[in-house]
This record gives sequence, structure tokens and C-alpha cells, in this order.
Amino acid sequence: MRYSALRILSQGLSGNRGWERIWRDPEPKTSYDVIVIGAGHGMAAGYYLAANHDVRNVAVLEKGWLGSGNTGRNTTIIRSNYLLPENQPFYELSLQLWEQFEQKLNFNAMVSQRGIINLFHSDAQRDASVRRGNAMLLSGADAVLLDEGRLRKMCPYLDFDNARFPIRGGLWQPRGGTVRHDAVSWGYARAASKLGVDLIQNCEVTGLVIEQGRCVGVETTRGRIAAGKVAVCVAGSSSRVMKLAGLKLPIESHVLQAFVTEGLKPCLPGVVTFGAGHFYISQSDKGGLVFGGGLDGYNSYAQRGNLPALEDVCEGAMAIMPMMGRARMLRMWGGVMDMSMDGSPIIDQTPIKNLYFNGGWCYGGFKATPASGYCTAHLVATGTPHEHAADFRLDRFQRGHLIDEKGAGAQPNLH
Amino acid sequence: MSRQFRIGGGLVDPGRIVSFSFDGKSMQGLHGDTLASALLANGRRLVARSFKYHRPRGILSDGSDEPNALVELRSGAHREPNTRATVVELFDGLEAYSQNFRLSLNNDLNAVNDLLSPFLSAGFYYKTFMWPQKFWERVYEPLIRSTAGLGSLSALPDPDCYDKGFLHCDLLVVGGGPAGLVVALVAGRAGARVILADEDYRLGGRLNCESNSIGDQSGAAWAHQAALELALMDNVRLMPRTTVYGCYDHGIFGAVERKTDHLASSKRLPRQVLWRIYSRRSVICAGATERSMAFANNDRPGIMLASAVRTYCNRYGVACGQNVAVFTCNNSGWRTAADLERRGIRVAAVIDTRAETDAAPNVDARIIRQGRIVNTYGRKALSSIRLEDGERLPVDCLAVSGGWNPNLQLTCHHRSKPQWNAELATFVPGDSLPAGMAVAGAAAGVFHLGEILKDAAVVASTVLDELDLGEVDLQLEEAADTPYRIEPLWHIKSRRRAWVDFQNDVTTKDIEQSHAEGMQAVEHLKRYTTLGMATDQGKAGNIPAIAIMADLSGKSIPDTGTTVYRPPYTPVAIGAFAGRSRGPAFRPVRKTPSHRWAKEHGAVFVEVGAWLRAQWYARPGESHWRQSVDREVKATRNSVGVCDVTTLGKIDIQGAGSTTLLNHVYTNGFSKLAVGKVRYGLMLREDGIAYDDGTTARLGENHYVMTTTTANAGLVFRQMEFVRQCLYPDLDVHIISTTDGWAQFSVAGPNSRRLLQKVVDPETDISNRRFPFMGCAEITICGGFPARLFRISFSGELAYEIAVPARYGNSMMETLIKAGEEFEAVPYGTEALGVMRVEKGHFAGNEMTGQTTALNLGASRMLSTKKDFQGSVLARRSHLVDDNALGLVGLRSRDKKDVLRAGAHLLRQGVEPTLENSEGWISSCVYSPTFGCYLGLGFINRGHDRFGETAVAVNPIHKSEVSVTICSPHFYDPDGGRQRG
Amino acid sequence: MIIDHPLLGPRDAAEFVYLGDASLLDRPHWQDPEAMGKFYEYQYLRENPAGELRELWYHEQGDRSWLVVTRDTTTHAILCVELAREVARRQQVSN
Repeated sequence: MRYSALRILSQGLSGNRGWERIWRDPEPKTSYDVIVIGAGHGMAAGYYLAANHDVRNVAVLEKGWLGSGNTGRNTTIIRSNYLLPENQPFYELSLQLWEQFEQKLNFNAMVSQRGIINLFHSDAQRDASVRRGNAMLLSGADAVLLDEGRLRKMCPYLDFDNARFPIRGGLWQPRGGTVRHDAVSWGYARAASKLGVDLIQNCEVTGLVIEQGRCVGVETTRGRIAAGKVAVCVAGSSSRVMKLAGLKLPIESHVLQAFVTEGLKPCLPGVVTFGAGHFYISQSDKGGLVFGGGLDGYNSYAQRGNLPALEDVCEGAMAIMPMMGRARMLRMWGGVMDMSMDGSPIIDQTPIKNLYFNGGWCYGGFKATPASGYCTAHLVATGTPHEHAADFRLDRFQRGHLIDEKGAGAQPNLH
Repeated sequence: MSRQFRIGGGLVDPGRIVSFSFDGKSMQGLHGDTLASALLANGRRLVARSFKYHRPRGILSDGSDEPNALVELRSGAHREPNTRATVVELFDGLEAYSQNFRLSLNNDLNAVNDLLSPFLSAGFYYKTFMWPQKFWERVYEPLIRSTAGLGSLSALPDPDCYDKGFLHCDLLVVGGGPAGLVVALVAGRAGARVILADEDYRLGGRLNCESNSIGDQSGAAWAHQAALELALMDNVRLMPRTTVYGCYDHGIFGAVERKTDHLASSKRLPRQVLWRIYSRRSVICAGATERSMAFANNDRPGIMLASAVRTYCNRYGVACGQNVAVFTCNNSGWRTAADLERRGIRVAAVIDTRAETDAAPNVDARIIRQGRIVNTYGRKALSSIRLEDGERLPVDCLAVSGGWNPNLQLTCHHRSKPQWNAELATFVPGDSLPAGMAVAGAAAGVFHLGEILKDAAVVASTVLDELDLGEVDLQLEEAADTPYRIEPLWHIKSRRRAWVDFQNDVTTKDIEQSHAEGMQAVEHLKRYTTLGMATDQGKAGNIPAIAIMADLSGKSIPDTGTTVYRPPYTPVAIGAFAGRSRGPAFRPVRKTPSHRWAKEHGAVFVEVGAWLRAQWYARPGESHWRQSVDREVKATRNSVGVCDVTTLGKIDIQGAGSTTLLNHVYTNGFSKLAVGKVRYGLMLREDGIAYDDGTTARLGENHYVMTTTTANAGLVFRQMEFVRQCLYPDLDVHIISTTDGWAQFSVAGPNSRRLLQKVVDPETDISNRRFPFMGCAEITICGGFPARLFRISFSGELAYEIAVPARYGNSMMETLIKAGEEFEAVPYGTEALGVMRVEKGHFAGNEMTGQTTALNLGASRMLSTKKDFQGSVLARRSHLVDDNALGLVGLRSRDKKDVLRAGAHLLRQGVEPTLENSEGWISSCVYSPTFGCYLGLGFINRGHDRFGETAVAVNPIHKSEVSVTICSPHFYDPDGGRQRG
Repeated sequence: MIIDHPLLGPRDAAEFVYLGDASLLDRPHWQDPEAMGKFYEYQYLRENPAGELRELWYHEQGDRSWLVVTRDTTTHAILCVELAREVARRQQVSN
């Protein structure tokens, strides 16, 4: 069923009784060419395997409901404002894929390019922003350096006159923005399902079947499924799943909290991030101010955080946007981030043949969803890394080819 | 107030009339009213518009679960959007405004959405607005956003202040209804330290709203007496107006106390206080919330929860209508009918969906068993209802009870799942509660008052047992109550819309459609239809929605699932979470010891981490910062300048193992450093990346003083503690941070020695021979004051750093400048410091970014091969020692007039400006008054081999490109003759 | 969270800084023939279980003790708190 205004009209007139399932709900087959574990980035990977590489005998296994992992548990920001040459082209690819998302998938995920501004507060931060902005422009992305005057006009609600860390300017990426996160997984699921990819929900992987150094299938809560190739795309559960193959990863799982206020009339056009505290914010199309900050800082799989991190984020909010004081926090939640040792992701083959790994997204995985799926599909289908993901290797820590945007070192809770 | 609606009685004070306004219209209420009860007393029905369809809405409930009656409270910068009228205490001068309409509340143009509702069904926006692509940001989204949200922020800084506090107790009791009061009484009498928190301003919970009695007292009187007894106990803290919003780890709860929200003005007192409550045990006595039923047009103003109608009657003396029908599937609705009749309000009918209604209270009204309401009428106020047999009953209020849900949210904040209880037709707390937590009363699914009291007493004695506190025998009185019987009816099927989530306009049709489209997980339903995501967090709608979903899928309700309850229990103002940490007080300010002197001498300050440092000292007549900085650099290079460098970290290291510790943390060796000498040291992280640098002075055989960069002072200290405690647990060494203990000043320039000779006591010879470059000593100055002198230079000049106990810092600065008058000594700030360090080619924070190696920085010779040190092994990884690695270089523009900027990328001449072709970047850049041009430091591949080459510094963000020459980073006095002189 | 400090009693976790897996106590020898591989594992391949984890916390806003805390990463329950120095001594003796 193709979605369109006309369809809505005809359905509306006939009592909305003719809508079809958004994706098929098949029983798992006994064998697939490719099994993708995890329906976040994995759902995108499943779609691109079918759409770009004509690999259609694919199952995407999800332990809960579609979108129950970090895809449905983030602050929905998209951007390609990275500094390092290993990262920037990859995230720019992702942003370009976002820009085509709706037309390609016939599903409106509300890719909304209302811009993202990273504020800076010191000369050193400005220098770093200039270097970053130049990297963005050189990679074909967009970037604008805003001085304080221009910023005042764009964001009059920021605290310019009374702040502990005065705002000196900002690095603006007009093409950055937000996407309706749940709709991303639904859109990929729908499009992939149409191409023959099976999405199997409530199917937790309990074992990886490895014979003579090759991965040949998976054990699941719904039985054993054979596979030619297996790709693990399970974000916060990376260590747990890869342990099934006896592999240890340069990854720790941390809790990141995020927050949303009650619905408010629009007061914030794009995304703003605060360079002197832990705080970033945007406003959803429903009106909620969606914001977050830093990790709680300790390893956790509990999907919930504690008060100090919450208070720290709200202090950042009030420091930079004191109008927020009378907005009320409606909901807070926690996601499990697979924090890699240099803050950058891994998309690579593993030492076990036909077993591929995608993870280490830290807390930047959502924006990467399309490119991550795209490059993972490329790797699995062709056996060679995609040119824009070529440095996201598992062995880079052994080689010392670190991709450390923040320069924080092997300390995951600082990335 | 209209006599018609204010029937008298209750817990309001008829002697204290309170004036307020709604949408500009003046009205009157009574002290003790909420805004909602006062509006009802004034006959006000329509108070709000729903989110999506802009349906006219009235007051539904009597508490914090209210989805409809949201208002903007107060005005100007004090405006609070989305405030539930049902929890706002009325105060004199209160202003409230309706929200979410275009034109007016009465005539809302957006109500056209209601007519278009067939086309605005669940998820419609995922299926359209896609063509043409460009229209999303320009047309569709602005259209959607223009209808987003409910109330609006003032866009002005919040004028109120907020506080935070910590509380500790043996037992936290959440909720001050009958269960909470009993638990608190038992524990309080046993001597436990008890905190009792309740979101209401009056303790008692439903006892204040019901007509049943405890012993020979009314429930409200009993509650009042219990509260009085508790108030007299020193070990009990009563916290009304306090919402416990979240349960965190290890018995920690978050609570927000509303201090001045019930007053016309906060008078500079904190508006709210955020408490972190540390409890050994907790008992959740949060009561239960009534839910509605889904039937056609069940959302009209005048259709209310039966319990709320009862509350307004009993507690506030307000009639919600003159002719009320009750619609119920359980015994609770009957109580409403009985209470209304007792107060003389006409009850048109009790419509019970059940066949058997035994044990329900007696009422005089007409009783319709197995009744179904199939439609309602009256756009802005209910006028009549239609029954299944076609009968149309004219009524102005419909009191609905779909059953009760325990308020078990706090029990689920650690992700434990509630359990389905078929008898009660609702979820009750599950088995795996957060550690230390118990649940009592209605929150535990005990709905009969007498049973609640007993249950609470049992729970309390169990908790006391766990706390090792004695038994207390509480004489419980009998309490009469109607037994709770329910046969749930979730949904009366209809082709019309029946609301499940009132605020977000989610109807049973949306649930059906969502199910048909495969959105069958409860979380999918929620996310696809927005059910339960409104400000009431699905308190009323979630369980009916799950039941309807279960019906559609043929699964049981527990198999269909529950949603996850997350904090906060009710929405909390962001200001409360931030407390005092805002504006200039966002983070503490560290001032250098000479701050006062600097301020008096024209210093402009800059934030360096938490520190404020003098950036430059503006003199009269200097209108541009460059004038000041150029002058300071020149004066220092030509004569002498003084800079406060206290912010550099200082770590005092003592003990026989001191040298071992230093040898571990620094890449270069310290074993051979003589007493009285200073050595520069480089530190790596264990991953081999350059981390920090500084000088370390050996003041004695087993005594060193290390300096670190300002930014890393705390981090280096932490790392050294790690090395000391975790890697060398038996090493005899102690370290202490003395950053704040010593004020330290750089005295730099050719006249620095002559200046210092005037300050240093004559016993110390600081001639070049006796006190050469990299010397150090503990000395006295100014006639016996202790000081430390280090002959080190960051500027490249003959220079010293002199340290004195911090309390002498300000006068030290004063003394140095005064002593330097004859040399025209100047104070200089961080800008001049930065200019001179770039001229000299020292790397700093812009170069040591945590991404660069010793090799990149041109310091690989500092990595000892003869000893272990942190990072020694991983620094040798192949990529880090690659021949093509970045190298630190100096950069000068080919044309002296060209401006260099940090952040520019370095490319070969003639190549495409792409990121692939970028070979490096400019990391630091200054205008050098010494050389009369811009100088830069930067990194470029194989930099050390490329001196003399020309490159292009491209800076697309500034739309500039400058041709530069790569050179040695050591621009100024590369041989170091000046600093050794 | 609350950490029951062996010397100071229960302290709020906010007073501490988190480092991670306590295997960071077992630093390999720099002259080990396999030093590169061992340091890679030491630095990068840390334990990350969903369950009990022995981890290092530093009492920065307190007495500057490094502690080894055994904590369940799925429930945040703390099962044991020791001084890291004591643990390190024990390990060095047993090695």
C-alpha cells in the first residue's frame, strides 16, 4: 500500500478500515542468507541489503518490539558536524540519506532540518569550532560560524548577559535537525518487509552457532535459525551478544538519560548544544522540549539513571536557557550506550568468519542509522568495507589508529 | 460564586472569600478551594481545548491526574503553562488563562480539526506531507508546529529561585491518606525517623473527599487528628505539598516541595525545593486513581470522574451539576450518587453496566442495571445522554466510574512489572519492588477503608521489624465502607469516537486502526497514537487502552502487557532540578590570589575552566585589546613583566618513593635530578597519547613539587593517586594538591633578576652563577617571609616563578610591581602569555588535545627507553609511530599583511580543497608584536621534514585562503640564550 | 547510589569519580615479551558484564581513596566495597 494524501482521504471517507499492516509479521524460516541481529541499525541494514545489494533472503531479529532499543530511546538529533576525517564523510553520507529518507521509503519520519548550533564560550573553543567547521565544509557539508550578534538575533532566549560562561558564538549546521525516531524503524521495517526481508520481533538471540571458525546460524528464543552470514547490530547489548561468540570488545555499556517537557507552543526552532556544560535541546513537532546531557558515568544495563546526572543536565538548561525554569519535566528515561574506547563506532568483520559486528555508537548512534545500515549492508554483501566506514575497524586500537573526537582517551564515560 | 453550585460545607472556609480571574473574568472562591473547585463553583464548564481536535473540555478529575483542565497560571515572566487547575490552591489575585486555541476558548478556529478527524487518524502524518520534498521544512512542518504544544512559555528568564536539600530518614511514607497516616503513626510512635510526604496541601487523601467515618469521627476529622499527633512528634517530618516524583537507587527518592506556589507572590523565598530523601525503608501509600470508560463522546465538559464529583461535593461544597447521572461498572459510582443525594443534589439515574449490584449503597435515584450510554450531547457543556434503548436523559453532569487503578508508579521506577489482578480489574504492584520498599493501602490494591487501615498497620509493623524498632500496638477503629466490586467494561462499541486519552485525543478508533496496522505491542500503540504521552502520563487512559488492545488481539490483558512507568510521577519544574545553579552561580568561580589587585588595575578577566584569570590589563587610552596585549608583550620582552600563574596545578610529593612515582608518570627520567633543580616533564596517558606537561622541582631528597597545566590539575592528581594506591600499593609516598595553597607569579624579562633582587632577602644569591636556569630553592623574601623560587621560563626570557603562601598573593603582586617601577614592570595577562609562548614555540592546550602524541609534538626524544612509564608500551603502536605522522610546525604568512587564523586547514598548494587533501591544521595563532606579523603553530603530516615548504591555509568558514611558510615552531630565540642569561 | 566506604561509611556516589573495570589494577610488565598485546588487552578489553562487575571508584570529593566496588550493572545493587590499595596488595602478593 502506497501512502499519500489521497490514500488518507479515501481511507478517511471509508472509516479508516482499509489500512494494512505496516510490516509483515512472519514466522521465522529455518534458514536465511543473512541474519541481522537487532532491529535498530540492523533494520536499516536489512533494508539496504535488499534495496542496494538485492540480498532479500534476510531476517532481522529483534529481542523485543521493533524500536525497543536505542532507536526509540534517544533525543532524535541528526547532524554531520564532526571534526575527524575518519568520521565526517560517514556522517555526511548519513545526513544525505536522511534527506532522501521519505521519498525513498514512502514513510514520513519527519526529517526536519531546522539546524543545529553548538555554542562556544572561549577562544580555544572557537578555534576548535573553526577547525571543525572547515572540516565540514571541506567534506561537502554545510557550516556557518555565528558571532555573538548574529546568535542573539537567532536565539534571543539564550542567556547572553548573565551567564557564568558567556556565549561567544556558535557553529551552526543548518542542515542538522531532528527526525521522529520511532518512525525511522517503522519506515525501514515497512520498506524492507516489502522487499522480502523478514522482521522477527520478540526473538532474542541466545547463542551464535559457530562451526570450525565460521558462524553458521543463531540460537534464539524461537529456535535455531541457520544463516550464511550473521551481522550483530545490537548497540547497548554488544558485549553480551559478542560474548556468545567468545569475543571481548573494546566497549563498555553506560546509561545515558534523556528528558522531555510537557508540550509547549513552539519556542525553539532548532537544536542547541551548550559548550560549557552538559546540555543540548530541541523541540519536537508535538511541542515537548527534548533534552539531555552527559552520561551518568558508570557501567549499567539498567536502562535508568540517577539524580546527579539529571540535576547536572537541568543546571545546564537553566544556565543557558533560564526561561526553562517554569517548563515542567514530563518524562525521563535511560538508554544503554555501547561506549567504545575512542568514542567512535565499529563496522567490521570479526575474527570469526561470516560474523560481522556493528556497534560502539556511544551516544551518537541515532543520526548514523542510515549510513550505518548502508555501510553494514555493503560490508556484509561485498565483503569489503564501504569507503566512508573504512576506518571503523575492530583492530584499530591495536594499531593505534584511534578516532577520538574528544581526545578523551580509553575512558568510555568521557566520550 | 453561584449559590446554585456552592452548596456549602466541606473543608473550605466560607468566611474567607478569595478573588481570582479566569480569562480576565473576575470570580470568587473560598479559602481551601482549588482553582478547579472555584471554577465549578462559578458554574464554569468549558475551561480548555484538547490537543489535536481542539474539543471543548471541562474538568475531569480532582487531582494530579487531570488531563483536560490545564491553564496558564499567572502572567508575565511568572507564567506557568499547562498547570492543572485541579491541584492549584486558590489564592487572592490568582490569574489563570485558558490555552491551546486560535481566537478564543469559546470560538476556537482550530476546532475545525474535529470535523477533519477522519483524516487525522492515528499516524496520518507518517503517510503524507512528503511531496514535494522541499515543502516539509517550508510548509508542512511550520503548519504542524503552529498547532504543537498546549500552553506557552513566557520566553523570559524564570524570576523565581529554587532550592535543593538533603533529608535522611528511617522510613519514608509516600502519601498521607489513611494508609500513609497509619504507617506514619505506627512508625512515629515506635521512634523511627519518619518523613511523610503528600502532594496535597492537606493530609488525609481520600478521607477528605469521602463521607465515610472511622470510629465515631468523620474520615477528615480522623485524618486531621492523626496529622496533629504526627506534627507533635520530633522524629516525624510532615511534608504536605510535596510530591515524591521518583525512586532512585539504594533508597534515594526525589521529591519536590512547593513552598510558595499557593501564595500570590513568592516574596523572594524559594518557589520550590528539590529534596533528595535518603531512606532506609519506604512505604508507598499513594492511593489509587479512578478511570473513565470509553463510550461515544465521553469527553464533553460536564462528564467527570465519579470520585471527582464526590470530592467537589464533600470536600469543597460544590455541586458539579444540578441534575447528575452516574455511570459506573463498580460500586464506587454509587457512593457518588448517595453523597449527592445526601446533599440534596438531584441524581437523575444510576446507570450500572452490571446486572448484579448487590452491596452497593442505597440510593433514591432511578437505577438502570446493565445500562449502556451510547452517546452524549452538548458541545460546550453536557446537556443529555442517550441510553442503549434510545432513551435520552437530560443531565448537566455525568459522573463516570470505570474502576480504580492503584498509584503504583513509584514501585515501577526500577523497571519491575506490575501484576494483573482480575478481581480488581487492574494492575497491582508486582513482587520485585525496589530494595527497601513496601506498599500499603489502595496503592497495594486494598480498596476498603477498614482493610486499608489494617493493611497499613501490618505493613508498618513489618517495616519496624526490619528496622529493628520495637512493636507498637495501634488501636485501630472500625471503618465502614462499601465493598469494592467491579465487572469492568472498557469500551462501548460505537461508530462514534470514544476517548481513551483525553488530552491527546486518542480514541478507540485509533487503537483499532493501530492494531490493524500491526502496532500491537503496547509501546507501539503508545508511540503510534501518542496514547499516554500527555501531561497526565496515561494515568487514566493506559489501562483501558491495554484492555481494548487485549480485546482486539484476543490475548489476555497481562499477556498484552503494561507500559513502563518512569519518573517523574507528576511533571516537575526544570527550575527545581537546577536549584541555585544558574546564571553566574551555575558553577563556582575560582579567583586567583591577585584577583583584587588585578581588578583595581584594569584587568579584563577570562574564564579558564572554573578560574577567572586576567586576560590583559587595559590602561587608560587603550581602546582595543590588541593595544594592551602588544604593550604587555613588548614591555616584558624589553624589561620585565609579572603574571599570576597560580592556576597551574601544584602537587606536593613527599616520601622515599617520590622518585619512583615521578618516573612512572613522566616519560622522562627523574632519578638524576639534583636537589635544587627543576626538570620539565611530559606525561602520557596509558594509551600513549600526550596528556600533560609541566615542571617538577626537587626541593629535597624526598620532596618534589610538581606543576601541571591548569586544565589537568585535578586529573593528573587523580591519576597519580591511582598509580600510588593501585599500581604501587606499598610505595612510601604521599601526595597532596597545593594548587590553592601557594600563589605563584611568573616574573619574566631581561630585568627580572634585578627586580627580584629587590624582593628576595639578601641571604639568597640569585645571580646566574648561583641560581642558574632550572634552579629552585626555598627562600625568604621581604624580610623573612617564606617563598619558593624557580628559575623557569615559558616566555623565552630570563624568568622566574616565585611562590608564596596564598594569603600573601595579592600583596606579592603589589610588591613585585612596586619594586619593578624603576624598570617600568608591567602586569601581563593570559593573552600576552599566549603570544609569548607561541613566539617561543611551546605547545599548550590547543596542541595537547588528547589526540596528539609526543612524536606529533616533536617531543619523542623525551620518551625514555630505559624505564617503564605510563603509556610506554602503547605509544609504540604502529599507527602512532607512522612516518607520515603529524608534526608540530611554525607557520608564517608569506605576505606579512595576511591574517592567520587558528582552525584553518593546511593543504598543499594547488590541490582541491577537500577534507581528503587536508594535511593538517593551524592550532594556535597570535599576532606577534615582536615580529610584526601573525605567527601560527600547527600540525602537518611529516611536519618536521617540511620546514621551508609553502602550504595553503584554507579557511572556508571565513572564506579565506592564505599562503604560508612552514618553519620551525621556535620563532623566538631558538637557541635559548635569553632564558639562560 | 550510595557507596559504603570501608573507612568513611555510606557516601553518596556523586562524591566519587568512576573509572571502570578493576582489572586496571593488573598492569602488565613493560618488558614482557608480549607486552604490546597484553597492554592492548589491559587498556581496551575491559569486562562489561550484565551482572556483577568489580570496578574502580575514586573518592575525589572525599578522602581520595580508590575503591574496588562490586556492583550489579543490571540492578545497581552494591555487593562489596574494598580499598583498592588492599586489593592491589593482595594481588601483588599472590602474583
